[in-house]
Amino acid sequence: MPQPIIEIENIDYYYRGRIKALENISITICENEIVSLIGQNGSGKTTLLKNLLGLLKPSRGRILIDGTDTREARVSELAVIAGLVLQNPDRQIFAETVEKEIAFGPQNLKFPAEEVDRRVEESMKTVGIEQFAHAFPLSLSKGDRAKVIIASVLAMNPRVIVLDEPTTGQDDHGCIQIMETVRELHRKGRTIILATHNMQLVARYSQRTIVLRGGKVLLDGPTREVLARTEILGKTSILPPQIVQLAQSLEKKKGLSFQAVTVEELGEEIIAALNASSH
Amino acid sequence: MNSLDNEHISFEKVSYTYPEADQRALCDISVTVPRGQYVVLMGSNGAGKTTFCRLLNGVNPHSTGGMLQGTVRVAGLDTKLHRVAELSQKVGLVLEDPEAQLFTGSVKSEVVFGAENLGIERGELADRLQRSLKAVCLEDLMDRVPTALSGGQKQRLAIASVIAMYPEILVLDEPVSQLDPAGCNEVFSVIRELNKKYGLTIIMAAHQSEEIARFCDRILVFAQGRIIGDGSPREIFANKKILTEASIREPQVTALARYLGKKGIQTQGVPVTIEEMEQYLLELWP
Repeated sequence: MPQPIIEIENIDYYYRGRIKALENISITICENEIVSLIGQNGSGKTTLLKNLLGLLKPSRGRILIDGTDTREARVSELAVIAGLVLQNPDRQIFAETVEKEIAFGPQNLKFPAEEVDRRVEESMKTVGIEQFAHAFPLSLSKGDRAKVIIASVLAMNPRVIVLDEPTTGQDDHGCIQIMETVRELHRKGRTIILATHNMQLVARYSQRTIVLRGGKVLLDGPTREVLARTEILGKTSILPPQIVQLAQSLEKKKGLSFQAVTVEELGEEIIAALNASSH
Repeated sequence: MNSLDNEHISFEKVSYTYPEADQRALCDISVTVPRGQYVVLMGSNGAGKTTFCRLLNGVNPHSTGGMLQGTVRVAGLDTKLHRVAELSQKVGLVLEDPEAQLFTGSVKSEVVFGAENLGIERGELADRLQRSLKAVCLEDLMDRVPTALSGGQKQRLAIASVIAMYPEILVLDEPVSQLDPAGCNEVFSVIRELNKKYGLTIIMAAHQSEEIARFCDRILVFAQGRIIGDGSPREIFANKKILTEASIREPQVTALARYLGKKGIQTQGVPVTIEEMEQYLLELWP
């Protein structure tokens, strides 16, 4: 039975005590879920993520991360449970070498040198950047720089990894590199929360999708179901991936029902439908 | 006027090397763009798209100080022989980060800044202000503070401030990468309008394949400083080799057609939009 690892209980958040950014949000995320958080800029996504990491404390209600109340824990205590990867790796990178970048977190937790080295080795291996250990991080490609940040978050061994628009500005190859790394981390048991505008990534990588609008939860459910709620998504100017739009249009014209949210899935459903109708 | 219309932009054996760099950012590029064409530059990060964009208004070489070989001509002007200030009246450049382009206290002053600096008189300025804001659908926000605008609004404001110079060519370097879906839609919609209704030649570096496939006339594919593909969206997105080499993602419907093709189901042609794919699929149904 999967255990809840994040429990957001009826939280509000006000900036400067006056500007309401989050209203009555309650979300429970269980261990090893992979959840997408979507919504227009200004919908409260980043505010919610910051509350999750304890960078902001809720104005009302509480958030438990692995049983720890964020209002009572220091950010450094929460950093070992939940790690944050931002959209622009260059804003998080600061060290001279990849190794030093990754070692920083564990060193600050005062682990012995061998433990730090072990964690650095393992993190680099997990994301596939061992060959860059001594490289100057800013000299690497954009996709590799994103991997350096993911590795430095991994070195803290958090059970939850939060990524805020991690594929912004990446080309196709960089996108795939990052998302395959994320998928691998999920496979190995971590809980993943992905804030993104990229609906194709949402469809391909997340089991569950939460839609925010005006600081409130608009939709929360299995990705497939959420992407099918076109009218509601439309209220917040979100279009499902092209493949889903195509599927919905075909449904109307052929009176069929498609579950697909990815290219391969729709391909298989079309093949099945064509075979069925030729018999 | 005829040859200018055919060659609104021309690159003749152009190479560009940034100062202190040991290799060329662009190698031997020769390409012409006719007036009014909507051209998209695609390719992996570092392939040369930004360098290409900055050659169009003279930032390369005049501001970056690198070495330009060959000739870049925009609206009849050789960029080597004209200052960025002059070229900016023919070519407007919009960058990726709206924040990096806005610096005044009001929408109004942002839009007229460039034109004011050309010494254009008040009446004309007011006219340009109205028209530019109208073209980007921001007329109602004239007195707003730029920092209070949404990402999409900020980027449209950046576009307005550039078109207030009445350029013939609009260059946009990844204009929607930092925007949310709503902002994306707004900005793409404005760009289409500027091309179709106002006749601006558009050069846009972008990754958003579905939008590109639907609305642009031509794609130039960059890889390692060279142009490795030049054609219509259909021609480019159908070419798996180029897509892989340049790290470009095809529209989902194109990928679907390819997937079906591998499983023995061929569509009549290569679809690049939802409507096309739908039509091909309906043809396949007995």
